Amino acid sequence: MAGGFPKDTQGNGITGAVPVIFAATLFAYFASLLPTIAATEVIRLSLPWIPSLGIELAFLVDGLSLTFSLLISGIGTLVLLYSNTYLAGHPQYARFALFLTAFMVSMLGLVLADDLILLFVFWELTTLTSYMLIGFSHDAEKSRRNALQALFVTGAGGLAFLAGLILLAAATGTTSISGIIAQGSALKEHAMYLPILILLLAGTFTKSAQVPFHFWLPNAMAAPTPVSAFLHSATMVKAGVYVMARMHPAMSGTDVWLWTLTIFGAVTAVFASLLALRQTDLKQALAYTTLMALGMLTLFLGQESGYAMTAFATFLIVHSLYKASLFLVVGCIDLSTGTRETDQLGDLGRIMPITAVAAALAALSMAGFPPFLGFIGKELKYAGALAVASEPVLVAGAALLSNALMLAVAGVVAFRPFWRGTVPSGQSPQEAPWQMWVGPIILASLGAVFGIYPDLLQVALVTPTVISLTGEVGEVKELQLWAGFNIPLILSIATFILGLLFYARHVQLRAILERAFSAIPNLDAGWDRFLDGLRGFAKWQTQLVQNGKLSSYLFGTFLTIAAGILLTLVYTGMPMIAVDLSDVEWKHTSIALLTIAGALLALVTNSRIAGIAALGVVGIGIAMIFIVFSAPDVAITQLLVETLVVVLVAVVMLRLPSLPKAGFRLNHALLSVAVGASVSLILIAVVSSPLDLRLTEYFEVTSWPEAYGRNIVNVILVDFRALDTFGEIAVVVIAALSAYALLRTTRKGDQK
Amino acid sequence: MEFLFAITIGVLVAAAVYLMLSNHLLRFIFGLVLISNAANLTIFVAGRLTDGAPPLIPEGADAPTLAANALPQALVLTAIVIGFGLFAFAIVLVFRAWTTLNSLTPDEMRLAEPEEAHK
Amino acid sequence: MNSVILRVGTRYLAGLLLVFSFYMMLRGHNEPGGGFIGGLTGATGFVLYAIACGTQDARAALRVMPQTIAIWGLGIALAAGLFAALFGDALFTGQWLFIGATETDKGLPLSSVLVFDIGVYLVVFGSILTLVFAMEEEI
Repeated sequence: MAGGFPKDTQGNGITGAVPVIFAATLFAYFASLLPTIAATEVIRLSLPWIPSLGIELAFLVDGLSLTFSLLISGIGTLVLLYSNTYLAGHPQYARFALFLTAFMVSMLGLVLADDLILLFVFWELTTLTSYMLIGFSHDAEKSRRNALQALFVTGAGGLAFLAGLILLAAATGTTSISGIIAQGSALKEHAMYLPILILLLAGTFTKSAQVPFHFWLPNAMAAPTPVSAFLHSATMVKAGVYVMARMHPAMSGTDVWLWTLTIFGAVTAVFASLLALRQTDLKQALAYTTLMALGMLTLFLGQESGYAMTAFATFLIVHSLYKASLFLVVGCIDLSTGTRETDQLGDLGRIMPITAVAAALAALSMAGFPPFLGFIGKELKYAGALAVASEPVLVAGAALLSNALMLAVAGVVAFRPFWRGTVPSGQSPQEAPWQMWVGPIILASLGAVFGIYPDLLQVALVTPTVISLTGEVGEVKELQLWAGFNIPLILSIATFILGLLFYARHVQLRAILERAFSAIPNLDAGWDRFLDGLRGFAKWQTQLVQNGKLSSYLFGTFLTIAAGILLTLVYTGMPMIAVDLSDVEWKHTSIALLTIAGALLALVTNSRIAGIAALGVVGIGIAMIFIVFSAPDVAITQLLVETLVVVLVAVVMLRLPSLPKAGFRLNHALLSVAVGASVSLILIAVVSSPLDLRLTEYFEVTSWPEAYGRNIVNVILVDFRALDTFGEIAVVVIAALSAYALLRTTRKGDQK
Repeated sequence: MEFLFAITIGVLVAAAVYLMLSNHLLRFIFGLVLISNAANLTIFVAGRLTDGAPPLIPEGADAPTLAANALPQALVLTAIVIGFGLFAFAIVLVFRAWTTLNSLTPDEMRLAEPEEAHK
Repeated sequence: MNSVILRVGTRYLAGLLLVFSFYMMLRGHNEPGGGFIGGLTGATGFVLYAIACGTQDARAALRVMPQTIAIWGLGIALAAGLFAALFGDALFTGQWLFIGATETDKGLPLSSVLVFDIGVYLVVFGSILTLVFAMEEEI
């Protein structure tokens, strides 16, 4: 992306403007719902979708979903505005805007859905649209690989998620999410609780990139920067967090829930903040801090205390605001200087003052300095961590370590490039155009505004969200800058000291981390090995199953038929076979023998003429069966077709070489006998069991009075089942035309 | 009676399967004709055999008193015609394979799935 | 096959078979017969003609390309099925008109079902002749 900002900052005309207006309208609509939600009410809207399964197009707006909706549509608006300049004149901008808007809408649907199936549909839609976005630079191989990796990991999680949702619906008897929550703790005592939990968490952990499924998220930074800002800070990865939050009232409070979420969350948070400090690429560093935030959010969702829930709601908002704005700032730096490597950046504050201010505001919030919202969020985090009844020290320790590392990363990303060092030679950075700094400035300033006036956020969003999570007003904790001299404050001060120390020594730390992490196995490389293995396996089994030989395909097919039928018969017990030959007359026996003789002749002959004659004998024999057993129409048809078959065979066959002598193949013979025997057995079983004649009786009694026909067979064909017949004659036409086309192409002399 | 014809069908199917496995397209066609005949007969026999009572409603009556099962007859009738279409297409395909590839051994026809692809 | 007797005989036989095939089709609703059988019978007549006199003559006698006949047949069958929509019935519901019907006699019955059967006749007839003519000529 080197080469400075696009010259034409007007963007992409109408394809650029329409999505921005669309997103802004959505944001305005959701903002208009704020008073209702602030009054702790909920809005539910539902339309029947699949009534027979009780599935509805149901949407629910409550504190939790409105918080997400506002973040998605608000950040979406700013990101679309930003992209319009960032990708100005890009030949595929329309496609980009479409994917991004589609992603935004899917994400909104996901957080608003109040039906499990609907939730899953939107869940998968976000997976698919994010795949398109991550792989947007599809001519780069890396970008394709990383997009596919994200799709595989989240898609595999999505399958587990679907299984979990289905079990959940089966266990609770409803697909309505609010219905499930209304059942209270019934789910926790259900026998299927554990499988449901494991499957749902498999989905949410992959989507929200918890260790060990984290590796796809930093790779997804292959996407254009605005996409990273949107998908991987505020929306996509929060989908998993959202679902955990949504299910919190119905599923939390058990030991499994508590420990799984706490351990995964804590490990992810610490692990990710260490990895973040190790990065030299600004975007990668931010990507890992996202992982840290996701870990933290998961950690809080493991708890039940009001502090943890308030901390969750606040940190969710804080993180979205500062992370989106920092990503957008990195995009500005990238375009301005052509690099994102920290050691090749310096002294940009002088040249890009507005961007620098946005970066500073966002970074201070991220680092948790007062009076920013990040500070309040951090205080609450500590309060929440200390409220963890069982292991307060462990959780608070994890929080302390990751917060301090976060501060160091904030310094590396947003302070150092602007205020330290010098502009390396060969760069001519400029300030970003207004479309690109307005987003970061707004988002970063909100962090300051909400920090100074926390009541605004408290009333509008945090309280309703906590109520969604706990169901009780009493659990909500106050958001305040000065909460008195208490343990969280001491921890905050410790964070600052430790964080500044980390920042001052980050180069040395990086070197240590480099050594430490090279020792642990790299999951990303493991992923490549896994895919190679999968391909190798696919190749092996393709060679085995699809060897290109018709005879082995046929052998396999017939073997499956015979084995399937015979094993089923053996397993379920042989049916009653009534050998009833009392009503067999000599004419029946002779027709049967004639037919069998024809088939055996066709089997053994090496002469084409004899083969044709043998087939004729079989055809005539079968026609006689139709005649004897009262099927005149069928018999006539059979005879006429038999005539035509002989004509065609005679025309073609005599142009083909004569039959070679065939050797006897014992395995073929055994298989043939097995298939033949299984067909006979099945048929005998069928005719030994009673026959349901209702359909035939219906045709018999209605044929004349209602369809005015005395030939029941013909009435079935042209009236009762006319649509079937129509399909069949269409097949006849297609067969004739295809054969005709095959023949006509030979005439042009391409006989090789 | 049904027992007798169930055995007949078994023999037809066995002969058809052996022919279709033979790795020669002409024999394959023979097998195809046999197996489609056997399939038609299977449907017919599964609907039970009734001697001497075609499913026709006599003049003056509203419904037949005793008649063969009409439904399988209708199914078999169209199946015969479709089977003919399939047969005609197959035989043209065989002929075309012969003129183009000069072979009637399907295992030698490796245009779509050449041996090299399996290395 | 260059036999004068066969050629002359076939000319009449083919015509006879064609007339017979119409009869088979028309009576099909009440007696054995119908569109499939009629179409096969008519096609057999022309196949005989083509064998005896060559496909050139057979095509000339037919005047229309057989594949055109097949496609028309399909269209007619479809139209007969769609016809029910005019009366608000489900697809392929038979529509009947009895000309000169009295209390005891149903008169001359005309129906979309008959039209459908004619479509079937034409499809079978046209498709088989398409195949056979092409095979006779190309092989």
